[in-house]
Amino acid sequence: MAYPAGYRYTKEHEWIEVDGNKGTVGITDYAQNSLGDIVFVDLPKVGDKVEAGNIFGSVESVKAVSDLYAPASGTVTAVNEDLANAPEKINADANKTWMLKLDLDGAQSDGLLSAADYEKFISEETGH
Amino acid sequence: MTETGTLRKTALNATHRAAKAKMVDFGGWDMPVEYSGLIAEHMAVRTAVGLFDVSHMGDIQLRGPGSLAALQQLCMNDASKLAEGQAQYSAMLYPNGTFVDDVVVHKLSGNDYLIVINAGTREKDVQWIRQTIGRMPGVHINDFSDYYTQLAIQGPRAAETLQKLTSTDLSAIKNYWFTWGQVCGLHNVMIARTGYTGEDGFEIYIPSDVATSERVWNEVLAAGAEFGILPCGLGARNTLRLESAMALYGHEISDTINALEAGLGRYAKLDKPEFVGRDALLAIQADGGPKRKLVGLEMMERGIGRDGYPVFSLDGAQAGERIGEITSGSPAPFLKKNIAMAYVPVEHSGLETELAVEIRGQKVKARVVPLPFYKKSKKSA
Repeated sequence: MAYPAGYRYTKEHEWIEVDGNKGTVGITDYAQNSLGDIVFVDLPKVGDKVEAGNIFGSVESVKAVSDLYAPASGTVTAVNEDLANAPEKINADANKTWMLKLDLDGAQSDGLLSAADYEKFISEETGH
Repeated sequence: MTETGTLRKTALNATHRAAKAKMVDFGGWDMPVEYSGLIAEHMAVRTAVGLFDVSHMGDIQLRGPGSLAALQQLCMNDASKLAEGQAQYSAMLYPNGTFVDDVVVHKLSGNDYLIVINAGTREKDVQWIRQTIGRMPGVHINDFSDYYTQLAIQGPRAAETLQKLTSTDLSAIKNYWFTWGQVCGLHNVMIARTGYTGEDGFEIYIPSDVATSERVWNEVLAAGAEFGILPCGLGARNTLRLESAMALYGHEISDTINALEAGLGRYAKLDKPEFVGRDALLAIQADGGPKRKLVGLEMMERGIGRDGYPVFSLDGAQAGERIGEITSGSPAPFLKKNIAMAYVPVEHSGLETELAVEIRGQKVKARVVPLPFYKKSKKSA
């Protein structure tokens, strides 16, 4: 599974697609694959603030629970409501299944990885 | 991952890796946790058939004229009730009534028994067995754990799958009985109608060389293909046994939990003259029974209670107090509910009692439900 070159990535395995001051956030294919069958996603509400590097929610598979870390700071403008009833969509296509849309607090990409750097990071993490 | 070098591997390790199974360290073993996906594997076992490599389980043989007496001392169930070809759920206890391990005892022939033990407790178990009965007269203890590849074929289509590979009439083997037969051309394979999934199924014990193990594994998968067989990992094995409320060492049973608390009193034959742990269990009984009890919980609100999460009372004298802990908790893929088992004080263990589970800082309501959560439908077999 390719990691889209237009996205930026966290070391906690979230992606963000930035378009002007708008951001769209999801988790990576590596993350969904590590978790296995996803059964539950806990997300903030529209209007909530998220802060880069902080926990904004959680995602649970049958066997594990994992925190979600915000790739950037901003205000939540939309939450993917489909995930309440169909969280398995993340397993089916993590790149296209967004969780949050954000109004970003200014330009920011500190500490985020490019697709190539993220792939390098996960290959080091797994030792493959 | 340099640790991999120190993990033990079953004969099917390369097969699991070639099939791209996700591997985990389970009690020091490099084992597949899932192949195609935990939910799909779980559902295959509930509705069709699944295949598990459970070769990490240990196999201890007791033989000799003193083997029954030794077994009666070692295990809490009554092995004298076993006929040849019969298996029995049992447990080895410490003198204080807590668990060394739970086991399945098979009577192979007159003075010959096979005890199947857990992988994670293997060394401890073997040491305990030698220490407890090694000096008793007329018993010889053999650790045959590495001699067998143990495969579990589980699910409502398990019998049809395995029947294609054996001339033995599987319908003649009752639940918790076993026989010897030809499987995939191998002679005298032990075929047991046992398992750890809450479904009908079989466990077969074949030679542990890689070539034989791989051949039988592949032949079972081919035989089950028409029924939708899936190779299954330990992830599905865990959710299947949890739905069926079967105990797992280190969770529902351990060296700090006694057999009566665990709800396994019916397997502890206190009318036997002696076994390790008996006096302690009798004392607990005389003292009014266990103070805490293993209960089933079903989450009533959004949230998944998991292993180790604390349980709180909602009302009564202890309202708001932490009263126990989840031993195993997970979404139940077949039941489509979030379930858990937990130890709570007896006064909070009544059916329909509402309790709270603390999930990542938030109290989420759960209620006590009957165990097992899942029971397979009775078929006219």
